[in-house]
Order: sequence, then structure tokens, then C-alpha cells
Amino acid sequence: MVSIKELPREEYLLKGHAACAGCGPSIALRLLFKALGNKVFLVVPACCTTVIQGPYPYTSFAVPLQNMLFEATGATASGIAAALRIRGLEDITVVGWAGDGGTVDIGIQALSGAAERETNFIYICYDNEAYGNTGLQRSGATPYGAWTTTTPTGKKERKKNMPFIMAAHKIPYVATACPSYPTDFVNKLRKAKEIKGTKYIHVLAPCPTGWRYDSSKTVEIGRLAVQTGIWALYEIENGKFRLNFPSDRLVDKAKRKPIKEYLSMQERFRHLTEAEIEKIQMWIDEDWEYYRKLASSEACV
Amino acid sequence: MSFPKTRKEMPLTPLSLPTVGSMGKTGSWRTFKPVVNYSTCTKCTLCWIYCPDGAITRREDDSPEIDYEYCKGCGICANECPVKAITMEREEE
Ligand SMILES: Cc1ncc(C[n+]2csc(CCOP(=O)(O)OP(=O)(O)O)c2C)c(N)n1
Ligand code: SF4
Ligand code: SF4
Ligand code: SF4
Ligand SMILES: [Mg+2]
Repeated sequence: MVSIKELPREEYLLKGHAACAGCGPSIALRLLFKALGNKVFLVVPACCTTVIQGPYPYTSFAVPLQNMLFEATGATASGIAAALRIRGLEDITVVGWAGDGGTVDIGIQALSGAAERETNFIYICYDNEAYGNTGLQRSGATPYGAWTTTTPTGKKERKKNMPFIMAAHKIPYVATACPSYPTDFVNKLRKAKEIKGTKYIHVLAPCPTGWRYDSSKTVEIGRLAVQTGIWALYEIENGKFRLNFPSDRLVDKAKRKPIKEYLSMQERFRHLTEAEIEKIQMWIDEDWEYYRKLASSEACV
Repeated sequence: MSFPKTRKEMPLTPLSLPTVGSMGKTGSWRTFKPVVNYSTCTKCTLCWIYCPDGAITRREDDSPEIDYEYCKGCGICANECPVKAITMEREEE
């Protein structure tokens, strides 16, 4: 396990970028570069990151990056990976970096195709649980009960389980992460880099603007997401499911914080009734029963 | 091919130049300013790793140096410092 002090000082996300103050995805981006350095080629569709890149002809990204249509990250990454292979530049890691809307909704077919073709790349979905760039509309990754501009009374449907959809593609590596746990994310990226084929990492990245909390709380809220178990840190390596620290200590319900602690810190959940909060708690407990069974069995996902 | 240094030298392709301050001096967005108390700082580097803006430089001795030209004043560093060595102070006019 790498320690924070071992991470390089170099920055490839240059300061003076356009993200809101306290942006969770920006922390995740810095960690991406701490893990992989600048030997990367990024493919980024329309999303907040396109804005963070800055206005033409300047950019905050000091690495090669290709912007692409909202739906086409997977397809573009396949093309770039093929081009690098033909030119013998295989020490460069191709990274698809897309939002939750660009992944679980509109980009899912291009991503599914890339995974089925066993494209050699890392796909990262940074999940701020809504379409942030266009002013916060609901996505398939918006959780039950959350306010967005298109769910003014709270979303009525549950969050799509994208990591397991990717695991169903039988790709060699699927993982979840959260920038509040920097070394866990860095380790997973470095591990993914060494594996051939399609690697998928889903990063819960709190967004003060969309989730409606004070910008200083981004890391704290990500930590609470993990401590309450609404977000679990795990890996699925060749189908084998494994919980990572600290989620591996939270299998016993008594060790998990009540979900109310997480929900009550964010205004997007302000309108929730006690009954709705109880329902969310029940779903979390169900998920964990499933994680427990998966982690303790020989069966593959 | 050498990379263009100025706008004039830009080729006729939409290619952007990596630039510190691509969005300008984002320090002007700030209402509260993080101030480090170096006598209590333990040089744990947590504030450095969590700053979304890369506005904290990690010095040779691992102590943090905040770049006020670009720090947006989000307050994450102060919230995360385990020994409360960073305080948020209101900016003057
Ligand atoms: C085909 C298409 N439809 C809609 C848009 C408008 N659009 C641009 S970014 C975006 C939202 C992106 O949401 P997400 O992928 O979650 O990333 P975030 O902005 O939250 O980082 C939308 C709807 C577009 N660019 N292309
Ligand atoms: S809307 Fe959210 S994800 Fe987008 S730049 Fe702002 S804080 Fe970051
Ligand atoms: S207040 Fe925010 S932007 Fe400023 S140094 Fe602290 S973490 Fe970075
Ligand atoms: S988080 Fe606090 S103790 Fe750690 S380096 Fe920053 S100021 Fe010092
Ligand atoms: Mg989003």
C-alpha cells in the first residue's frame, strides 16, 4: 500500500482551473495524475471536466487529451489504443474519464462495445450523481430521494449499479473508489495500469454545487458515504469480489454509521421523510448482505 | 514539431496550451482565506493531497505553502487538517 508521502509532487492538473471551489472530481483528477504520471492519453466527453480543462486556447491539463462527443468515450478510446499499439507507443496508458451521465446513461453502449472488444484501457467514471455541467439534471446514477432540477421532489428510482454491469462484461478488473481515500484510489489505478484489457473504476466524487453542502465538506462527505456503507470500496478481479479497507471492516451492521448522518449533511436530501430514510437504510443493509455473501464465497460475479 | 508558445504560432487545429491560470487568477473567488499555523503543523501532507485546486505546494520538508493567487478558499484543507493547524479567515476588502 502506497503512502501519501510517496506520491509525486508534480502536478498535471494546473492551478487556476475552472472547477467550482471544493470540487470532488478535481481531487480525483489530481490523484489520477499522482498515480499514473503524465504517460497517459485521456479521452474526455462533454462533462464538468471539459469546463475544468479551461477555455481555448488555454487548458489546465498538462497531458495529451482528446475531447469527444458525449456518447463516444469508449469508441474513441478504442481508436486511440489501436493507434498507439500500431505506433509502438504501448507505454502510454489510455484513460477514458467521463461523468456519470456520460457513463451510465449516454455512453454505456460505446463503453460496453469497448469492453467486449477487450480494448486495453482504463475507464474511469467520476460520479457526482447528476448532470453537473448542464445545471444538475438527474442521471441513472442519481440516488433515490435526491433533489435535482428534473427531480424537484426527489428522485423516485434507485441508482444504477454500474460497476456490476461492467463486471458482467467479464473484464479483468472492476473497482470502486472515492477521493476521500486517496491511497486506495492510487493503488487501484496503478494495479489497473498493469493489467491488460478493459479496466473500469467507478469513483464517487462529491460535488458541493450539486449536492448542496458547504465546499469545505467534500472530503468529509465522501468519507461518510463509505462509513455509512452507501458507497462501498471494493475490487472485482477476474470475477472475484473483495472489499477494501475500510469497507472490509464494515460488514457487521453495527460498525456502519446510520445513513441519516450522510443524508442530513446535504440539502439535496433535505425533504426526505423518516420513512424514506428508513427505506434507504434497508436497501443499504440488503446490499451489504449481498457483499458479505460475495466476499465469503468462491463464486465469481 | 515544436509546441507553439504563443497564440500566433497556434496551428489551425483546436489545440490548447497547458497554462497555469487558464481560468485567470482564481484566488479572486475567495471570501475566506486559509492560514497555516506552522508551529502546530505536523507536515502530514493531507491538506496538499486533498486540495482540489493544487493550490498547496508541498515544500521539500513536507510543510504546505498556499498559493493565494489560485486558492479558491473552499476550506477543505482547514476541515481536513488533523491538528487544526489551518484556520479560515475572512478576506479584507
Ligand atoms: C448528445 C449530447 N446531449 C447532451 C449534451 C449536453 N451535455 C453536455 S455535458 C452534459 C452533462 C454531463 O453530465 P455527466 O456526464 O454526469 O458529467 P458532469 O457534468 O456531471 O461532470 C450534457 C447533458 C451533449 N453535449 N451531447
Ligand atoms: S458542478 Fe460539481 S463536479 Fe462540476 S465543477 Fe462544480 S463542484 Fe465540480
Ligand atoms: S482553501 Fe481550498 S483551494 Fe485553498 S488551499 Fe485550502 S483546499 Fe486548496
Ligand atoms: S493538514 Fe495540517 S498538519 Fe497536515 S500538513 Fe496540512 S497544515 Fe500541516
Ligand atoms: Mg455527473
